[in-house]
This record gives sequence, C-alpha cells and structure tokens, in this order.
Amino acid sequence: MTADRVTTTDAVLETALRDLRTPAPPALADRTLVELGLADQFATLDAPIGPIQVAWNGRGVSLVGRADEGGFESRFATEIGRPLREAEAVPEPLASAIRRRLAGDRRVRIPLDLRGATEFQVAVWLKALDIPRGEVRPYGWVAAEIGRPKAVRAVGSALGRNPVPLVVPCHRVVRGDGSIGQYSMGGPEVKRLVLSTEGVDVDGLVSLAGRGIRFVGSDTTGIVCHPTCQNARRVQARHLVQFRSLPQAVAAGYRPCRVCRPVASAA
Amino acid sequence: MDDRELTVALATNLDSAFETLVRCHVDRVYAIALRLLGSAEDAEEVAQDTFVRAFRALGGYDGERVRALELRPWLAAITTNAARNRRRRTLDRRPPVSLTAGMTGRTSDGLPERDTIRHADTERLARLVAELPERYRIAIVLRYVDDLSYPQMAQALGRPEGTLKAQVHRGLALLRAAHDADEREELTA
Repeated sequence: MTADRVTTTDAVLETALRDLRTPAPPALADRTLVELGLADQFATLDAPIGPIQVAWNGRGVSLVGRADEGGFESRFATEIGRPLREAEAVPEPLASAIRRRLAGDRRVRIPLDLRGATEFQVAVWLKALDIPRGEVRPYGWVAAEIGRPKAVRAVGSALGRNPVPLVVPCHRVVRGDGSIGQYSMGGPEVKRLVLSTEGVDVDGLVSLAGRGIRFVGSDTTGIVCHPTCQNARRVQARHLVQFRSLPQAVAAGYRPCRVCRPVASAA
Repeated sequence: MDDRELTVALATNLDSAFETLVRCHVDRVYAIALRLLGSAEDAEEVAQDTFVRAFRALGGYDGERVRALELRPWLAAITTNAARNRRRRTLDRRPPVSLTAGMTGRTSDGLPERDTIRHADTERLARLVAELPERYRIAIVLRYVDDLSYPQMAQALGRPEGTLKAQVHRGLALLRAAHDADEREELTA
C-alpha cells in the first residue's frame, strides 16, 4: 500500500470514536457521593484519650466516637443512616485540624455536618466551642448565653446528643453544682479523663462543689469568676474569695468577670 | 430505573435518589469530560464538579421542573460547561496544530479503505479529538462518545440541529484528515 492511498471512512471513524467511551474509575461515584454529603467515610485517629473514630463527608465531620467503645458503624446507621465506608485514614488537613482542636486551638476551623439537628441543639453545641480548653462552665451558663436561660435541662439533653464529642467539647459543660455530670462518650469517668488531659483539676473542682462553692473572686480586683476561668486561676491563694452564689458575690461588691461571664442560675 | 422514573424519584426525595443518578450516569459524564479534556485527572474533577452542580441545581428546582428534565442532555450540558471552564483555566490556548493541513475531503471511490482503526490507535484518536477546535470537539464527543441524538444535542447545547450536523460532519472530516496524515507520516517515515 502506498502512503497516499491510506484513507479512513466515516463509518470506521465513528466506530473508533464510540470506542472512546472509557468507563469511570470505580471509586469516582463513591467519592462524588461523599463530596456531596450523600455518603460518609470513617477512619481512626489518635487522640489524647486514646484512638477515636471520625466520620466525615464533603460538608464536614458528622460523627465522632471512641474506638474502644465499639459499635461506631451501627451508631452511624441508627443516628445518621447514610451509606458509610471505612477509609484508610482521616485526610491530612482534617486530621491535623482535629489534632489542633483537641490540643486547645479554638481558632482552627473544622467544618461540621450537623444536618438533622435542631437550631437549639446547634446553638448549644456551638456555645460549647466558646469554652477554652482547661475550663468548664455549668449547663445554666450555656442556657443563658444562648438566650434561653430557663432551658437548662434541654441544654443537658442537647449536649448528650452531641454527635461530634471532643471536636465540639461538650465535656466542658458540667452540672450547676460543679459536679462532673453525664457524658455521652462513655459516662462520667471518661468525662473526668478528658477534662484531666485538658488540665482541669477535676478533684479540686469536685471538692469545691462538695462544699457548695460555685464561684471564686479576687479581693484585689473585686471580680468574680467561674472557678476554672483563666482569670480566677491567676489569683493568688491569699487573695482568693469563695462564693456560694452570684448574688452573694454581687452583694459583697464583686462584679462578674467579662471573660467567663458568670450568671446566677438555680441549676 | 430509567431516566423517567429517576426524575420522579429525584422530585420526591433528592437526597436518596441522587445516588442512583450518580451511579447511572457517572460513566458517561466521565467519558465526555475525558474526551473533551484529554486528561484523566481533569476528567475526574470535572465529573465530580458536574454532579455537585447538578445536585445544587436540582435542589433549587420545583418538583414539576425536575420531573420534566431530560437527564441525558441536561447532564451533558453541565459536563460540557464544566469541562470548558476547566480547559480555559488550565490549558494554554495555542491553536491546534496540523489538523487542517493535508485535508482532502471525503474518501474517493476506488481507493482501498482501511476497515478498522487499530486498537493501538485509540490513544492517538483520543489525542486528535482533544486537539479539535472546541465547537467540533464538543459536537463529536456528544454525538459519538455520549451517543446523543441530534435533538438531544440541540437541547444540551442550545444550537440548531442543522448547525450541529454540520459541526459533526466537519469534525469528522478534520479527524479523518489528521488521522490519515499521521498514517502517511508513519508509512513514509
């Protein structure tokens, strides 16, 4: 055959063009569904309290649990119900953001997928994010801060349903009497452990609570705080004044701290 | 589930039906993107982007509009736009080379014709498609790779059927000429 006699018919070309229908890589559909938040992936991540399991999709983190607790997948199925696949690891930007958050960096942004939650629940969970590492606040404080001062019990149950514990630090909210209170991620013992790893003097807190002490003040500044407030912890022992209630402190001439914003609450 | 049933399902419950849409259409959306862009990596991103755009759009449509959708041309249009944006962003704009050189028009009678394009030539054909001027490339890919009818193409691209037929015809002629020129080059080399 000579070179100038090589030709191709349209029919041949059309057949060849149809052969260019290459199927998509097998993982593309699943990856797309995860990106859209119609399916989730999960993997294990090391945390100060031991390995945790994290589920996420393109919208954000959707579920967190302790790995040694077990039942993560069935919990996901019950509470969220989307398809869930195990991944090798939490993708690096998200993993490092979670590590920084657990180490106390509150500025790091972690997208959360809280679809299905009520507005009230989301308000409660976001408020817990305002509590710095190493500090705790009572349920009544959260209720007051979100403008629902009477909804103290509802705050407690919203925190109990927090799907993303640790990432949203619901463990930093304790009972109004200063005792530790319940914890969705394994009960009071785990809550105590998490708070201890964050530098909270849990025994000291429980002991104060046992003596009915809710607030502490400084007789040099005349400011009254929650006992774990960073300002309260700077007060020297000889200047520390203890109060059973906010009205008692106010009557003694103390003004509430502008950082930890103590409120009078029956809870 | 065919597309008609799928649109009904999408109108009823977008979140649960969209997975079916992705699984039914992912191969063709990927193939369109791959042949328009010529890069597997870009094609995966464009395919994903196409479904994200489709999901958002469906979320904003009322039920009647969703039920009336022709999914094949509609998704082809989104894929084409996403691929076009991607190509403009990422590729340089040098004009395609050597496509019009050596154009001879249709096959003359009496000449021996090749009855197949060798399998090894698939990649070369893919490259020639990716180098076609945009309007011919889109017409060729939607017509043959995606197997859309001319009415569906007209719907997807908003161009008259006559224009599209001419673009497909011209695209085929350009491909044939470029392909045969390559062959001649090989044989005379």
